[in-house]
Amino acid sequence: MSDTKINITLRIWRQPKATSPGKLVTYPVNGVSTDMSFLEMLDMLNEELTVKGEEPVAFDHDCREGICGMCGVVINGTPHGRGSSPVPTTTCQLHMRNFKDGDVITVEPWRARPFPIIKDLVVDRSAFDKIIQAGGYISVNTGAAPEAHAAPVPKIKADRSFDAATCIGCGACVAACPNSSGMLFTAAKITHLGLLPQGQPERYLRVKKMIGEHDALGFGGCQNLGECAAACPKSIPLDVISQLNRDLIKSMFKRDGKK
Amino acid sequence: MAVTGLILIAFLLFHMYGNLKVFIGEEAFNHYAEWLKTDMLYPIFPKGGFIWCFRLVMLAALVLHMWSAITLWLRAKKANPDSYAVKKRLERTYSSSMMRWGGIILAGFLVFHLYQFTIAPRDPASPYNSVVTDFSQWYFVLFYALWLIAVCMHVRHGFWSAFATLGANTSEESHMVLNALAWIVALLIYIGFILPPVCILFGLIGA
Repeated sequence: MSDTKINITLRIWRQPKATSPGKLVTYPVNGVSTDMSFLEMLDMLNEELTVKGEEPVAFDHDCREGICGMCGVVINGTPHGRGSSPVPTTTCQLHMRNFKDGDVITVEPWRARPFPIIKDLVVDRSAFDKIIQAGGYISVNTGAAPEAHAAPVPKIKADRSFDAATCIGCGACVAACPNSSGMLFTAAKITHLGLLPQGQPERYLRVKKMIGEHDALGFGGCQNLGECAAACPKSIPLDVISQLNRDLIKSMFKRDGKK
Repeated sequence: MAVTGLILIAFLLFHMYGNLKVFIGEEAFNHYAEWLKTDMLYPIFPKGGFIWCFRLVMLAALVLHMWSAITLWLRAKKANPDSYAVKKRLERTYSSSMMRWGGIILAGFLVFHLYQFTIAPRDPASPYNSVVTDFSQWYFVLFYALWLIAVCMHVRHGFWSAFATLGANTSEESHMVLNALAWIVALLIYIGFILPPVCILFGLIGA
């Protein structure tokens, strides 16, 4: 692979702390290798800033292999910076080869009231934890793992459940949604747990509790626009939201759906 | 939102079907209009009674639809106070982004439409005459042709979205089927509603 170097201009949202006003600040970054990931490019900028004695840009990251859900910034208007590429990605798996020499790249944090900005590009996503705490679990006794064949699961349901379970809770769905709705995240968990036998006992109570918490936290409502699924790095399909609505409608007619 | 929207779409289809009676002729159209106003479901309802129940249900559907829309809008405004400096649209269609402002435009024109043909028609004795007189003017035809585009864009996204909200979007295929149905309903409504005015303008009806 040839080592191509490009020069870019970054416009990054800088905000020293939650309560202070923020603004976009322009930084030229020269000699960026196209083999770098987007986060490595930000590391490079931060090294330069540190040497100059300036405050480095704060951003979230952890595994840097696209499976933890920690990283995530809005790049040129799309969460994780997928842009017009057909390939969904996390920010850490986006590479600088997707950009051209001379590009101006705008980097902003997730913007939604339930995800308050902590600093620069870092937002507080504990609202998602609260949705999980409200009902995104199954109650089982711990101990030896049960015999796997004791509870048969149809393959089609296992596959769909597993597809929904790939959600890493990064929050790109909320960032992409013009209504700042967390429906895709909530629905992914509902689908993941609701299709498996272990998820049945709490199924109809779960959907009510989780959507109730989602709304109470101040997330917006769903308009079925599809922006969330398009931005999702794990390609969670929009139809999980229909699954959530289906369970919610059913819960109104179920005894075990009563709070 | 979904249920009231589907009620309103059902009404549009019924309204469109009724309008097409203008092709049969003056007597059939006026007789149909008279039946709607006085004889519908008579004698279960008194003469002229059912139409008011019908209007009440329509009004309730409309008010609840707008109330849900405003609630959603306010929630979105509260949840998303700072907009992005740069925002790129990946998936959403133009019609889906025009649901709210489009809805307001529709509501405004609806008032005008009710005034033109129900509250103060040109010829109160003959709905047929009122329709033919008004649609002989090119600007009314153009105005309705444009208004119908707004209606059908609203219906295109609304139809699919209503079924998705009711849980019918179960897979990638059902998404495609629902969207195709939404297009068919929207186009049907457009063609069905615009045919009579265009035919009147070109003298095929009433001349």
